[in-house]
Amino acid sequence: MIRDITIGQYYPADSVLHKLDPRVKLVGTMAYIVSLFLVNNVFGYLAAAVFLLLVIKISKVPFAFIVKGLKSVVILLLFAVVFNIFLTPGEVLIRWGFLKVTKEGLRTAAFMGIRLILLIMGSSIMTFTTTPNQLTDGLESLLGPLKKLHVPVHEIAMMMSIALRFIPILLEETDKIMKAQQARCADFESGGLVQKAKSLIPILVPLFVSAFRRANDLAMAMEARCYRGGEGRTKMKPLRYHKPEYKAYGVVVGYLALLIGINMAVSLL
Amino acid sequence: MSIRLEDVSYVYSSGTAYEMHALNSVTLEIKDGQFIGLIGHTGSGKSTLIQHLNGLVRASSGTIYYNDQNIYAEGFSMKELRSHVGLVFQYPEHQLFETTVKKDVEFGPRNLGLSEEEIAKRTEDALTMVGMPEELYEASPFELSGGQKRRAAIAGVLAMEPEVLILDEPTAGLDPKGRDEILDQVARIHKERGITVILVSHSMEDVAKYVDRLIVMNHGCPVYDGTPKEVFAHYKELEGIGLAAPQVTYLMHDIKARGLEVPTDVTTVAEAKDALLGWLKKRGLCENACGREQSLTEMEQEAGHDT
Repeated sequence: MIRDITIGQYYPADSVLHKLDPRVKLVGTMAYIVSLFLVNNVFGYLAAAVFLLLVIKISKVPFAFIVKGLKSVVILLLFAVVFNIFLTPGEVLIRWGFLKVTKEGLRTAAFMGIRLILLIMGSSIMTFTTTPNQLTDGLESLLGPLKKLHVPVHEIAMMMSIALRFIPILLEETDKIMKAQQARCADFESGGLVQKAKSLIPILVPLFVSAFRRANDLAMAMEARCYRGGEGRTKMKPLRYHKPEYKAYGVVVGYLALLIGINMAVSLL
Repeated sequence: MSIRLEDVSYVYSSGTAYEMHALNSVTLEIKDGQFIGLIGHTGSGKSTLIQHLNGLVRASSGTIYYNDQNIYAEGFSMKELRSHVGLVFQYPEHQLFETTVKKDVEFGPRNLGLSEEEIAKRTEDALTMVGMPEELYEASPFELSGGQKRRAAIAGVLAMEPEVLILDEPTAGLDPKGRDEILDQVARIHKERGITVILVSHSMEDVAKYVDRLIVMNHGCPVYDGTPKEVFAHYKELEGIGLAAPQVTYLMHDIKARGLEVPTDVTTVAEAKDALLGWLKKRGLCENACGREQSLTEMEQEAGHDT
C-alpha cells in the first residue's frame, strides 16, 4: 500500500554510481537540471536523453523502476502539457470553440513534457543510487562554506537525516496502527467527509503518541552518547575525492560543454 | 467450525528489490476450541500468518476458509470475520487512543453496531476478564502502567467477543508477574468460554505450560505441528532453526545422561517434579521422597513456576 511509493527511494545495487561520492551526484544532478533549462532545440534534448539513458545503464537500477516513479507525477505532467497546448498564443492550427491549438503551443508542450520527464528521471536516479544518509552528508559538506555566515549547517543536515530516517518508520507505524484498529472493525472507507475525518482519530492519536515517544528515545540516546552538535565532530566515513570522482566531474563538464556546443551550432545555422 | 488455510503464500513488495517470501504454501487447519502455540524465530512468518487469519493481509495465492466459507469470495464480510477472529497485536497498548479506558474498550463493539446496553455489558465483561480495577475505568489510558495498558488493549479485542482469539506475544516487555497473570487470564478465558486461542510466543516455557497444540514456523512454513511433547522431542532440530526446548527438558536429558532412568519428554516443571518423585518411589526411597516432596514444592514456588 503505502510502501509502494518509489519516488525518492534507495535502490541497493553494486554500481560505480552507487559508490560515487554523494557531492558529485548532487552537483551532477544540479548541473543536469540546469542543462535541461538551457536546451532549446531537439538535438539538445536528444543529447540530454541519451546521456540520461547511459547514466541509468551504469547505475544498474532497472528502467521499469524509474518509470514507476513517474507515475506519481502524471497529473502534474498532464497539466503542464495540456495548458501549454491550449494557452500558448501563436499560429492557429485547430480551433474548437474557445479552445485553440497553436503551432507554438504544441512545440512548448512537447518540450515542457520532455523536460519534466527528464528532470524527474534525472533526479530520481540520484535518490535511487544514494542513501538518505549519504545525501545529507554530501549536502552538509557542500553547504559547509555557509558556516562562516553562521548558518547552522550541521544542525540542518542532522534534522534532515533524522526526518528522512523517520519516514519509513512512521509509515510502518501507521500501517501497524491501521491494522490494529481494523482488527477492531474500524472502518476508514465508508461514510461522508466528516465521518471519514473522524475515523482517522484512532490512527492519528496513537501515531502522534508514538512519534513523540520515539523522538524522546532518540534524544535520550543521542545525549547518552554525548552528542553536542557539529563543532569539532568527526565522521566515521569522511567524504574524500578519489579518481572516480574526478572522472565523474570530467564527464559532467564534458556533457555541459557538448550541450552548449549543440546550442551554439543550432543558433548559428 | 474451523479456520482452514489451503496452499497460502504471501510475497512482500512483489516485483521490487525488497521482494520477500513471507509464507510458502501453508496448509493448516485450526479447529474450534484448541489452545495453539505458534513459535518460530524472528522473520519466520508468524506475524504474517496470523494477519491472514482475520483478513488484514490478503494472500498472494491460496485460499482461506472460515467455517467453510472462502473469505476471499465476493460478498464475504471482512468486518464480520474480524468480529469473530480477534487479533491482539504485539505491544497492543500502542493502539490506545480514547480519553478513557472504558471508551477505548467500547471502540470495537461500537464498530459492530451493537445496542448501547450490549456495548456496556461487553465492555464491563471484557474489563473484568482482564482483571482491570474498576476505579481505572474512567482513567485516561495514557496514565496507566505498562501492564495495565496492555490489559486495557487486550480487553478492547475481547469486548468484541471473538470465537478465535489470536495474541501476538502478549507478554513481551512485561515483568514475570504481569506475564503469568496475563497468560493465566487467557487460559481461563479459553476454558470458560471455550474459544480458540492462538498464542504467538518466544518463550518455550510459556507454550509448554499452556498450549495443547504447538506449531513451529520456519522460512514461512510450518515445520512441526503437534503436542508440545511431540514437538520438543525434536529439540536438536529446533536449535538448528534458532529455537530451543524448555530449560527443564534439557535438565531431564542431563539427569538421564548421568544414569538416572527418567523420562525425557518432560516439558514443564510440574511434570519434572512428578517424574523425579516417581523415580524415587520406584527405587524404594519413598520415605526420603515424601520428605523431599515438600522441599521440591517450595523450590518451585520460589522459582515462580507455581502450577
